[in-house]
Amino acid sequence: MPDLLLELFSEEIPARMQAQAASDLERLVTGALIERGLKFEGAVSHATPRRLALHIAGLPGRQPDVREEKKGPRVGAPEAAVLGFLKSAGLASLDQAKIEKDPKKGEFYVAVIEREGKPTLDLLAHILPTIIRTFPWPKSMRWGTASVRPDSLRWVRPLHSIVATFGPENEEPDVVPFEVDGIAAGNITYGHRFMAPAPIKVRRFDDYLPALDRAKVVLTAARRKDIILHDARALAFAQGYELIEDEALLDEVAGLVEWPVVLMGSFDESFLSIPPEVIRATIRANQKCFVLRTGDRLANRFIVISNIEATDGGKEIVAGNKRVVAARLADAKFFWETDLGTKLEDRLPKLESIIFHQRLGTQGERVRRLETLADEIATRLDAGSAAAAHAAQAAHLCKADLVSEMVGEFPELQGLMGRYYALAQHKHPSVAAAIGEHYKPQGPGDRVPTDPVSVAVALADKIDTLVGFWAINEKPTGSKDPYALRRAALGVIRLVLENGLRLSLLYMFRFAQSHLHMHANIANDLLSFFADRLKVYLRDKGARHDLIDAVFALDGQDDLLMIVKRVEALGKLLETDDGGNLLAGYKRAANILRAEEKRDGAGAFEAKHTAGLLAQDEERALARAIARAASETRDRAGAEDFEGAMQALARLRAPVDAFFDKVTVNAEDAGLRLNRLRLLNELRAAMHEVADFSKVAG
Amino acid sequence: MTNSSLNDPRKSFQGLILTLQHFWAAQGCVILQPYDMEVGAGTFHPATTLRSLGPKPWKAAYVQPSRRPKDGRYGENPNRLQHYYQFQAILKPSPPDLQGLYLQSLAAIGIDSALHDIRFVEDDWESPTLGAWGLGWECWCDGMEVSQFTYFQQVAGFECAPVSGELTYGLERLAMYLQGVESIYDLNFNGREGAEKVTYGDVFLQAEQEYSRHNFEFADTDRLFRHFKDAETECRALLAAGDKGERHEMVLPAYDQCIKASHTFNLLDARGVISVTERQSYILRVRELAKACGEAWLRTEAGGVSA
Repeated sequence: MPDLLLELFSEEIPARMQAQAASDLERLVTGALIERGLKFEGAVSHATPRRLALHIAGLPGRQPDVREEKKGPRVGAPEAAVLGFLKSAGLASLDQAKIEKDPKKGEFYVAVIEREGKPTLDLLAHILPTIIRTFPWPKSMRWGTASVRPDSLRWVRPLHSIVATFGPENEEPDVVPFEVDGIAAGNITYGHRFMAPAPIKVRRFDDYLPALDRAKVVLTAARRKDIILHDARALAFAQGYELIEDEALLDEVAGLVEWPVVLMGSFDESFLSIPPEVIRATIRANQKCFVLRTGDRLANRFIVISNIEATDGGKEIVAGNKRVVAARLADAKFFWETDLGTKLEDRLPKLESIIFHQRLGTQGERVRRLETLADEIATRLDAGSAAAAHAAQAAHLCKADLVSEMVGEFPELQGLMGRYYALAQHKHPSVAAAIGEHYKPQGPGDRVPTDPVSVAVALADKIDTLVGFWAINEKPTGSKDPYALRRAALGVIRLVLENGLRLSLLYMFRFAQSHLHMHANIANDLLSFFADRLKVYLRDKGARHDLIDAVFALDGQDDLLMIVKRVEALGKLLETDDGGNLLAGYKRAANILRAEEKRDGAGAFEAKHTAGLLAQDEERALARAIARAASETRDRAGAEDFEGAMQALARLRAPVDAFFDKVTVNAEDAGLRLNRLRLLNELRAAMHEVADFSKVAG
Repeated sequence: MTNSSLNDPRKSFQGLILTLQHFWAAQGCVILQPYDMEVGAGTFHPATTLRSLGPKPWKAAYVQPSRRPKDGRYGENPNRLQHYYQFQAILKPSPPDLQGLYLQSLAAIGIDSALHDIRFVEDDWESPTLGAWGLGWECWCDGMEVSQFTYFQQVAGFECAPVSGELTYGLERLAMYLQGVESIYDLNFNGREGAEKVTYGDVFLQAEQEYSRHNFEFADTDRLFRHFKDAETECRALLAAGDKGERHEMVLPAYDQCIKASHTFNLLDARGVISVTERQSYILRVRELAKACGEAWLRTEAGGVSA
């Protein structure tokens, strides 16, 4: 069966957009084909800096024919109905319809609509230009003479040529006949910009791929990455170094070259006095080069990925890159040495003029809040008075590096530079570590600090941020979260849970808010945001989100560690036979109560049952069991023994089952009915001591 | 010493400029001289800002001294200057093979693409003060940024129709690379050797020292605030006076005042007297002037209105 080869050849596509563009192209073309009833064997897309390519294999030459029968009105129906039928079926007269018989309805008209499948080539000629015109680039542009028209073609950078061929193996394929803004599809592509710029005639993917390879273009990003990684490791190893791998940089660099050539350069040893993270950040961000290590130390070497096999073997390229790296490191060294000349404390006045957020004041004001908050958190976590003092000191200094030269140049080094500067000033190691770690964890994969001083400052930073933005009503909405508040909440959750900390969030929110001097009542709303974040966190760990809802629905649940313990215990209970059956009994009771409350009014069954009205053994047994379970679960839950509380509940299963088996709740006798409903209400209340079972699915 | 070696872009700063001028002249560009006002970049030259608006074709190339008061380093940093040169080429509409032309210009100044790693790395350009943006790249040679390459999409808040292609060469950096020197001040300016050699430092070091003092310490901020306000008022007054309904008769003088306001703002910024919040509002005020000038330009002959 025939294959489609499509290539869109343009000026350099930004590295970060290539992978998404390739997958969009595949999705859009295959989607349009499937919509038209065209199935295929396989589709693969590729991207290089200068081209998007798509190969669809095993595509039929024609669309399948379609036969459809459309039922019309009965024979002899009013003229309006007949005309409507003819129009909708596309028939000229009733002669073109056939008549069918139905034992119930009698005779009626049927139109047989047969649509012959179109040649795939024609469909492609129709589909492809539309996809190209409406391609979802994150940012696109106009260019050239065509751009006088507002509706001229937009592409990520100027589009130069299109290859679109369609045909079976062993035959000369057809060029798909279309053009977009004067660019006609053809069968000509081009190789590497410098090493093989001549036009290349291609037939199909099978010869396209090797032709490009000969023309110094590696089409697939995965292979470019392999080549870079393999060659870089080998080159490093051959000279006694080890490559410091960096997946994000590898992805980017693979999107900057069509023909990766790995070269090694060096820089002066004296630059190694700069912190290794700074060297790495400088070389990575500015030069897109990898760094190397020797043993556990950074080496004075770097790996550059060039795009050509230079005629001198890369000498000039290495020399040029060395000069630029040296200039960049000289800047960095200058920043480092200048920064060391100023104590962190002496930088603080500058924070007074830096706005954190217009409505939340300056960084200076924020630092004062963090000091109080970190002290309070450390104290409440029983970290000891020395740790509390260290936490306050670290909070005092934690933002000072924002006004250092180095962080001005490399914002991603914030915190880390503060730690270096604190160590250079011989601050207590815990203080320095806390300055370095207070932004952590910065996402689900980041390390969570464990030192109590670090934990207190990291929590303070995030709680102040969350409370502040909540107080000015700048909450995340949909995909918009410009202040990374979801990440901050997740950070709090991980800090608390992974360190096993007991912290009342509501208390901390109110404490933080009292120092903001803003009085909107936000604590409960922020807590429910945490409930949502906790759900996401626990879902990733396999917990059921309905159980989290069931626990959060209880009053005053603001201690994350206890919430999670309760959720775990609840999950365990529901996995048991008793738990499952008890839940069924609960649901039954709740349904009856809900129905009867509709009739008698909400709260109609709130009062305690009357023991003397318990008529049957099963009623009396249930009443006893509830009384026992209620006090036991309350005691156990109070002692934070949630598994014990759940076990106490589980013992209700048998009496509940027996009750529903033998007792008619809606008895004829109004007194009996009311008493039984009150009993069920007590059952519901007892179970709600542990969790709101109405939120539990199943 | 022959004339050609004096003008060798690998040996002389002025030779680099002359070579680029010859190259772009051969592509049909008018070779203009620098605009006679203080600007932050070659883009501010009306030959780029205003000429990139409207339908008329236009090709020009010129050197533009560019002033960035904040980048002054008292002549002590080998890589940073508060006054430097940009070479600017603007082609409207952007020709089909502008990248090819650019690479030929590199070859003309002695950068051999068989030996050097030339790369187009994403860099979207935006000038908040000019209300302008475009897509393009930083052009790298062996890891060093040597040019900016931009397809203008919008200028002064107006869609470009057609789109212009703009190339900006950072001359000092390019010359340092070509000459193989580590400090701007060591650049050979005139291509001669021995007693006749004039370096970039001979020409500009004193100026860098003096202007750094001015920019950071002595520029009178009260007076600058007044200048800003004056330029803004004058720009608006000229735009009002030249407004003849369908046509506009005084855009260029008004635009000069917009440039003046922009440079005054840069000086105030260097003096550190503009807070973060005020900064935004000053940028916005300049942008409003630029937009008003752009709007007026589109009602002039070079903006496409027939005579």
